[in-house]
Amino acid sequence: MSRERMEEYFQATIDADQKIEPKDWMPDAYRKTLIRQISQHAHSEIVGMLPEGNWITRAPNLRRKAALLAKVQDEAGHGLYLYSACETLGVEREELLDQLHSGQAKYSSIFNYPTLTWADIGAIGWLVDGAAIMNQVPLCRCSYGPYARAMVRICKEESFHQRQGYEIMLTLCRGSDEQKAMAQDALNRWWWPALMMFGPNDKESTHSEQSMKWRIKRISNDELRQRFVDMTVPQADFLGIQVPDPDMKWNESTGHYDFGPINWDEFWNVVKGNGPCNRERLKARVQAHEEGSWVREAAMAYAEKRKQRAEERARVA
Amino acid sequence: MKKDWPLWEVFIRSKNGLSHKHVGSLHAADAQMAIENARDVYTRRGEGISIWVVESRHITASSPDQIEAFFDPANDKVYRHPTFYKLPDEVDHI
Repeated sequence: MSRERMEEYFQATIDADQKIEPKDWMPDAYRKTLIRQISQHAHSEIVGMLPEGNWITRAPNLRRKAALLAKVQDEAGHGLYLYSACETLGVEREELLDQLHSGQAKYSSIFNYPTLTWADIGAIGWLVDGAAIMNQVPLCRCSYGPYARAMVRICKEESFHQRQGYEIMLTLCRGSDEQKAMAQDALNRWWWPALMMFGPNDKESTHSEQSMKWRIKRISNDELRQRFVDMTVPQADFLGIQVPDPDMKWNESTGHYDFGPINWDEFWNVVKGNGPCNRERLKARVQAHEEGSWVREAAMAYAEKRKQRAEERARVA
Repeated sequence: MKKDWPLWEVFIRSKNGLSHKHVGSLHAADAQMAIENARDVYTRRGEGISIWVVESRHITASSPDQIEAFFDPANDKVYRHPTFYKLPDEVDHI
């Protein structure tokens, strides 16, 4: 089959809403886009463990601590589902990790903000996981089979994350004035970065159009962001705290909330590596990888030794 | 030396009466570690009661390029399906 014919067949498969599986023919650009997106997504899950891990030892009680541990463990699991989905495209795990550690690959910028108080753990679960769910639900129908299947598992698990976050916020908002102020402060600091998680405005978004055609992406950045705002503002109202946006108001005619402009300079500055915690996050990842290398090597050497011994025994017998 | 641990495919039986089903893959140094990692990665919420792991390199797969040539022979054998046989309406339970 000619290349053109294969591309036609490929696009027709996607247009018919059928899935592409690992060994199927696919254009190089589709493969590359998926490797970039899935690995970025995996890196985000892994780096995302760091800001929350910061509070595991200082959770206010055992129930909160157990829940936070389980959540952070889920994030590790999500990273692993995604790395393995990415590897079906013919890239090695080690290569993906090298790209993260060298700074060549990106991860979600939200994780470059610090977790200053316990309320940040509530705000992350509520807002960051809430925004992630909004982004991820449409990915369950993405055209690439292994990515879509990983996303189904992930979405099922994320809902616990968001609810545990909102419950923390609710407890603080029903507590003392000081606790409520802490919740408000966390909302103030996480609101805008959470809105930035949906990526640049549609007219600025470089990869969007092609990804839509390939059905890797199904809903635009701005539309997802609007859905998130519409869903979240009433939840803030219920908590009795305010999103830090003087322009936020219900628009009767559109049936949506209007909101103020996003500071994209801040966004790009953090993407480029100058957020409050970029260097710290990367350093922690590299350190964990390097300090774990002797364990990986020892496990492999042990497995090799056992295999050899078993072979020797079989020869003697 | 290649640094990654070997890749393993993971299959889980969610309950007795159902077959094992492919759920994903992971890296592990040996089979025992693959089983333990599979438990932590793929069954954190009671998704299974039995796990199979097999090293990915041991799986032989049919080729997607030959779907037509490979599976076509079955397509023109409609007489393998019960609906091929027309029976009178009066005949019941068949």
